[in-house]
Amino acid sequence: MRRRWHPGWWAAAAVLLAVLPVVPGLESSFSRSILTQMAIAAVFALSYNLLLGQTGLLSFGHAVYFGLGGYAAIHFLRAVNGGLPIPIPFVPLAGAAAGLAFGIVFGALTTRRAGTIFALISLGVGELVYAASLMLPAFFGGEEGVTASRTKAPHWLGLDFSSQIQVYYVIAFWLLVAAFAMHAFMRTPVGRMCNAVRDNPERAEFIGYDPQGVRFIVFAVSAMFAGLAGGLHAINYEIVAAEAVGATRSGVVLLMVYIGGVTHFVGAILGAIVITWLQVSLSDYTSAWLLYLGLFFMAVVLYLPGGLAGLVMLHVPFVRARAMGRVLRAYALGLAPVLAMLLGAITLIEMAYRRSTQPEAGARMKLFWVSMDTSTPWPWLGAALLVAAGYVAWRWISPRVTAAWTIASEEVRVGGARG
Amino acid sequence: MRYNPLACIALATTICAGTAAADFKIAFIDPLSGGAASAGVSAQKHLAFFTDKINAAGGLNGEKITVLSYDNKVSPQESLIMLKKALDEGARIVMQGNGSSVAHAITDAVLKHNERNPGHEVLFFNYAAIDPALTNEKCHFWHFRFDADVDMKMTALTDTIAKDPKIKKVYLINQDYSFGKAVAAAARSMLAAKRPDIQIVGDELHPLQKVQDFSPYVAKIKASGADTVITGNWSNDMLLLFKAGKDAGLRMNWYTYYGGGLGSVPAIGKDGVGMLKHVTEYHNNVFPQMTADEVAFKKRFPDKGDELFYWRLRNTFLLLDAAAKKAKSNDPVKLARALEGMKLDTPVGPMEMRADNHQLLQPLFVSTLSDKTKYDIEGTGLGFVTDAKLDAQSTALPTTCKMQRPPA
Amino acid sequence: MELVTFSLLNGVVYGLLLFMLSSGLTLIFSMMGVLNFAHASVFMLGAYFSYQIGRWIGFWPALVLAPLLCGLVGAAIERYGLRRVHPKGHVAEILFTFGLSYVIAELVIMAWGRNPIENRVPAVIDFPLFQLFGTSYPFYKGLMMAISVGMFTFLYLAFKRTRVGLVIQAALTHPQMVSALGHDVPRLFVLVFAIGSALAGLAGVIGGFALLTEPNMALSLGPIVFVVVVVGGLGSIPGAFIASMLIGIVQTFAVALDYSLLDFMHVVGVTVTRASPFHEVLAIKIAQAAPIIPYLLLVVMLIVRPRGILGTRET
Repeated sequence: MRRRWHPGWWAAAAVLLAVLPVVPGLESSFSRSILTQMAIAAVFALSYNLLLGQTGLLSFGHAVYFGLGGYAAIHFLRAVNGGLPIPIPFVPLAGAAAGLAFGIVFGALTTRRAGTIFALISLGVGELVYAASLMLPAFFGGEEGVTASRTKAPHWLGLDFSSQIQVYYVIAFWLLVAAFAMHAFMRTPVGRMCNAVRDNPERAEFIGYDPQGVRFIVFAVSAMFAGLAGGLHAINYEIVAAEAVGATRSGVVLLMVYIGGVTHFVGAILGAIVITWLQVSLSDYTSAWLLYLGLFFMAVVLYLPGGLAGLVMLHVPFVRARAMGRVLRAYALGLAPVLAMLLGAITLIEMAYRRSTQPEAGARMKLFWVSMDTSTPWPWLGAALLVAAGYVAWRWISPRVTAAWTIASEEVRVGGARG
Repeated sequence: MRYNPLACIALATTICAGTAAADFKIAFIDPLSGGAASAGVSAQKHLAFFTDKINAAGGLNGEKITVLSYDNKVSPQESLIMLKKALDEGARIVMQGNGSSVAHAITDAVLKHNERNPGHEVLFFNYAAIDPALTNEKCHFWHFRFDADVDMKMTALTDTIAKDPKIKKVYLINQDYSFGKAVAAAARSMLAAKRPDIQIVGDELHPLQKVQDFSPYVAKIKASGADTVITGNWSNDMLLLFKAGKDAGLRMNWYTYYGGGLGSVPAIGKDGVGMLKHVTEYHNNVFPQMTADEVAFKKRFPDKGDELFYWRLRNTFLLLDAAAKKAKSNDPVKLARALEGMKLDTPVGPMEMRADNHQLLQPLFVSTLSDKTKYDIEGTGLGFVTDAKLDAQSTALPTTCKMQRPPA
Repeated sequence: MELVTFSLLNGVVYGLLLFMLSSGLTLIFSMMGVLNFAHASVFMLGAYFSYQIGRWIGFWPALVLAPLLCGLVGAAIERYGLRRVHPKGHVAEILFTFGLSYVIAELVIMAWGRNPIENRVPAVIDFPLFQLFGTSYPFYKGLMMAISVGMFTFLYLAFKRTRVGLVIQAALTHPQMVSALGHDVPRLFVLVFAIGSALAGLAGVIGGFALLTEPNMALSLGPIVFVVVVVGGLGSIPGAFIASMLIGIVQTFAVALDYSLLDFMHVVGVTVTRASPFHEVLAIKIAQAAPIIPYLLLVVMLIVRPRGILGTRET
């Protein structure tokens, strides 16, 4: 199967990245910060996708390379502040170099095994580096972290990098380069062997390839790009602290890649965008956002192993066979019961959170433009009723939705056989 | 994460949903969840109380104060993200206190922001991060500290220690970061100068907000033969240390910075009577009667653990109000100029905001835990009694700050 | 002498707490190969349940009811959640329990708030057990030890003397064979998950007093429990015991030792000046390095001997 290079897609992506921060509505400093955060997360998630999605290596300590790359970059930036004549756009390369170095060192030790043992080792290494980060204040800066300035550097093309939009363009540039490089890597022989090692390591060995060698190479490459993401993080925030190597960050990138879609390249980017947005914006509206994220993640594990990207890809054959209309109509039917269940559940959860985490805010709260008093039983009963009613309606409607889906799949199959 | 509801109920005269652009916004970035939350949430209530007072009297030059709260979980990284958010929302003052590690990050970021965005300056009001470096090597025009720093407080504590001939062996235990290290260094140098006969039998640094069980540390303290412990521990680290000490039956003199913080006095209980000392700018037995503010605060927040503990926040808002009136403007640069060098009178004595390094000079009290006081702490029946009072000017220490001011 | 005694006592108590937690996880991991991230979360649930039941009824009923509730929770997780994920492979199982750990932590926040709760040692067990060298040792720590030892005895007897125990023992090392012999392995899974979770809940009841009861409990203790299980060896409860005691005692003693490699080198006659780049690393005291010891042990063990100290198989 020949795969095209899709130069059109890459050009479109470049244009999109260039244009986004000046789109009306996204021009505020806050939006530009979020776009920058998403770009950094995308590079990190793509690097993790190389490990998890393409090679099947589940790692719980990938933030180690992100953080160590970030620390290297911030120390490099401090050297630049001290007089080293390197402009800002080249600083993240220090992060990439550190990521590669540590990836080689730790990879040699940890890629001997795959599967659960590898996951455990990665967890151990992650906790080890995090605990060590507080013991070596010269490199890690202790509790305060390490700071530097991106304006005390040689100007480059007349830019001094004091404004957020300049930093955004540097980071967007590296995102494009990194994404292209990783995409190209997957098409090299080593990259193809990654997929083979993921699917059937024994068979790969029989063909003559060493699964451990392949894993080691992918690990080092993935660590390099994670270090690059860390370097971008360093120039964006001008501070790197111990939680850059912490377990929380490792967990978040895992969530990003898995929810976005493990098997698709675009999935990692999609996951990075969605999770970053949730972290930044949803947390303003509800204190329960991490619960929603956790539940969503579990739903993806149980019912949607392909993630969001997989969900989109599922519907592509429908569109091609022009059966999408039927499917959409079925979804519209099922929308009301599902919405009712969701609204009821969200109301219950939000009320419970309000009572337990913000008791001083009082019993009255406003949710979805409806004002309610949580100390009385009525909102609770109402929400519970909504959930129950929604569930009953769903049980009644769902055969029709499944029927529509089956017919549409038939059309796809038949259309495929015909065409 | 932003907690607006508290600000909403606090500011009854403000519109909550959609704050008007004419409001004077103060961003409060402190831990509101996790181990240090008790300190942050308490300060949040103080902010609500004092800003309401100002708003009820007409606000700052006619603008109502709105407080935007952000939970930083004592993380420097998280704090900078919250700072960006706060700046995007138009905050003109950033307030923070719990954790000098965070304060270092914020003070750097504020300086950078002000340099890069002239005309959109923001001030940093530091109400509790007392690493001396913030008003010495790292001082700058935009940072104001409203709490006596480590060295000032250690001077007060060591003066008291020097007067006690029974103290022979001192154990130092602190949190492993800039503040804890500053406490240990100050204790060593000041004891060496005032009482060279005192032997320092231990100098321990433990991870910040991570230790759950202090019994190994208590065992070490016991084994060292010390009769006195000096510690800067705060929040969970203080009360868990007391808890482990109580379990092991440890009887020591405790010279602390935050031994009277939320949860600490209940943790040590009667074991601390006559033994637990701390240095603060106020305690509820300074006056024979509760002040009007304390009564009003208790009425509004009647929970057992709620009391007007942060007298320095009262001082902060008095100074802010006075500065606004003096500058006749709410522009941060003008406010900062008006605040420098300002002298005000308070019920405990006069105070002054030093112009040379932006450190507030206010009276300090060294006090001891007692079971015979009129007002108690958190319903334990125990309260503090003044040992010594230092007036504001006597707490001043030399500074290495070379402040650069914006052109007039 | 006094320092050594109390460090030993504290170390033993900590080690026994780790054993209470890890015995359940060893069972689950060995039998099903599931890296149960939610195990420490069930431990946290045990602490919170005992606090709540203690407030409503009393401490002694809580000691019995909280572990039972946790066992039910464990059974429900396996029966309604993990069972659907088993066919999808180990990665999916791990991810499921990983997401579950987040969800349980948030549910705890939803019910009890974000801040540590006042889980005080109940007055009925809050008194000194004995006095040694002028320091007293609290009774509740002695109770912890007694419950741990009791748990070990119970597990030992249950596995060696009962039929179900024999079948479980076999399934620990040869799960497929046991299934081939006609035993209802899925039901066995539910039973083991329930027992493991009940053990974690029991650990939570006592651990909730010794440590701080807060929503982050699971995160702080979780990784160490994994270390214990892996170092002790899969399929081996005695191995878990040895590993937890080893880690508990070593970590507690480490805090008491203020020596660093620099001091050691001094003794041997080598001095390293402050200017040397290695000075910082060599100057780290063992007390400061205490947190990384378990993880160092884990990584070394996994590289050198993946089956652990007394393990009978690798995965």
